[in-house]
Amino acid sequence: MEFVEKVRIMDAARINRALARLASEIVEENQGASELYLVGVQRRGVPLANRLADKIADLEGSRPPVGVVDITLYRDDLSTVGANPIVNRTELPGGVDDRNIVLIDDVLYTGRTIRAALDQLIDFGRPLRVQLAVLVDRGREHRELPIQADFVGKFAPTKRSEIVKVMLNEFDGEEGVAIVERPAAESAEGRRP
Amino acid sequence: MKTESGRRHLLGIGELSAEEIAHVLDTAESFREISRREIKKVPALRGRTIINLFFEPSTRTRTSFEIAGKRLSADTINISSSASSVAKGETLLDTARNLEAMSPDFIVIRHPSAGAPHALARICRAAVINAGDGAHEHPTQALLDAMTIRQHKGGIEGLEVAILGDILHSRVARSNAHLLTKLGARVRLAGPGTLAPPEFASLVEGGGLKIADRVEEAIEGADVVMVLRIQRERQDAAFFPSLREYAVHYGLNRKRLDAAKADAIVMHPGPMNRGIEIASDVADGTRSLILDQVANGLAVRMAVLYLLDGGSLLGQREVETAKPHPAVAETPDAGSRTDDAAAQTRLPLGGELEPVAAGRAEPETAAPPRRFRAHRPKTSRAVATQDDGHGMTDD
Repeated sequence: MEFVEKVRIMDAARINRALARLASEIVEENQGASELYLVGVQRRGVPLANRLADKIADLEGSRPPVGVVDITLYRDDLSTVGANPIVNRTELPGGVDDRNIVLIDDVLYTGRTIRAALDQLIDFGRPLRVQLAVLVDRGREHRELPIQADFVGKFAPTKRSEIVKVMLNEFDGEEGVAIVERPAAESAEGRRP
Repeated sequence: MKTESGRRHLLGIGELSAEEIAHVLDTAESFREISRREIKKVPALRGRTIINLFFEPSTRTRTSFEIAGKRLSADTINISSSASSVAKGETLLDTARNLEAMSPDFIVIRHPSAGAPHALARICRAAVINAGDGAHEHPTQALLDAMTIRQHKGGIEGLEVAILGDILHSRVARSNAHLLTKLGARVRLAGPGTLAPPEFASLVEGGGLKIADRVEEAIEGADVVMVLRIQRERQDAAFFPSLREYAVHYGLNRKRLDAAKADAIVMHPGPMNRGIEIASDVADGTRSLILDQVANGLAVRMAVLYLLDGGSLLGQREVETAKPHPAVAETPDAGSRTDDAAAQTRLPLGGELEPVAAGRAEPETAAPPRRFRAHRPKTSRAVATQDDGHGMTDD
């Protein structure tokens, strides 16, 4: 499928600044970092969680632990996506019981990914609290579930036909956030990622 | 599997590509972690129904499929031939049609006749998984063996693998020979001449498979030594003089294992006959990965169920026409009572779907059998063996 890039809304420097701000907001909201547990959602939430942990370490002197959830097996659309998505690993060292978790993902759109991540966290135990940090929020008019982010790097109102593409060095060999669009013929289907 | 080729069933390794095999193994690695969780369950197959249809005894494989299904939140039902209408004389295909009427998403079948899963796949909307058919294939066993080898050797390509024992009756040996050579290993088979016939080398094209004259020759310099089960119940078949003699000449003991590479690993599909095909100190030794194999079996079966995801296209699928296996599928009632069918079964060399009798035309309406590779060994000839329906090696 071909995508046409419409506009680039963040570059490497802006991503870095947004993460720096998110780190300080997370620390401020939680009155320090001592109880925090950052959990990245596979795949791009994972490097973002690690970068946030580094920035929190710079601010507070101690690096919060980082976990990973892969929500593939918790998707509600497994029976409608054509090919079964690749299953990545979930690693939550130390468990989630009584932990103060900050879930981290790249883009908040319908909220279904976060629902899946929450279900998975709760299958692992009973966290004390779960907050949500995202690099890009596409706007609450897209939400299909009552889920909002506690920390937002960049608010980017978009149309359904558009896709927000987050590129990170770890996976894409470059840094940036772009809004791309399918050619008109294909966007009619309106399928969500 | 679905991601690669739209494959709906897992009937054998022979039909899989190296890429498909690697995809299953990669996926299985991700599933291992689920079994280490406190709550060992994910919702991926919630609402799906898996029927384990077992016409032969099994502990490991049946339990493994059952737990795999449950950990994916599917509902699993076990049917064994002794406790079902099969004991009242129902034919395999009638049993399958009746089960099919209850809309299962997966049927996992073990049957003493080669080709029984293929016959089921022809008439079922459910995804059919072969859990061992006669002396033909046991694909999930080969996948779990490959997963175990990969974990300890980093890969399969270039490895020297010795498979010892009753090659002739072993579906594990066949599936492994296919899988390991597809991924670039060199496989040497060895056992008593009666149980490791030279013709077996033609199972796989390309020369990756050899029959060694002696067990020692197969083990020499091997990275992996895989031991197959010898069946005590087959003693009167006179494939070898006695169990004691077998242990002395063909069993894997510490001394023989010394000829393998220093870091060689030892595997066995179970159930083991300690002191016969494998010495206890080897089975329990540090090189033995027998329990790793069992743990990996669970992950592999979860991956296979997930990748085939039997229900995902339900309602849109057409019932595909697979090429019938001549041993069970030539008449509508074929595969009739387990014993009869088994008694008629001949083991096609390499489990390729060779007609065993002339004059059985394929139905002309049959769709192209795209799931079966057309290649056949040039020298292929059927090795007729006695098949008493109980005599299959391996679990």
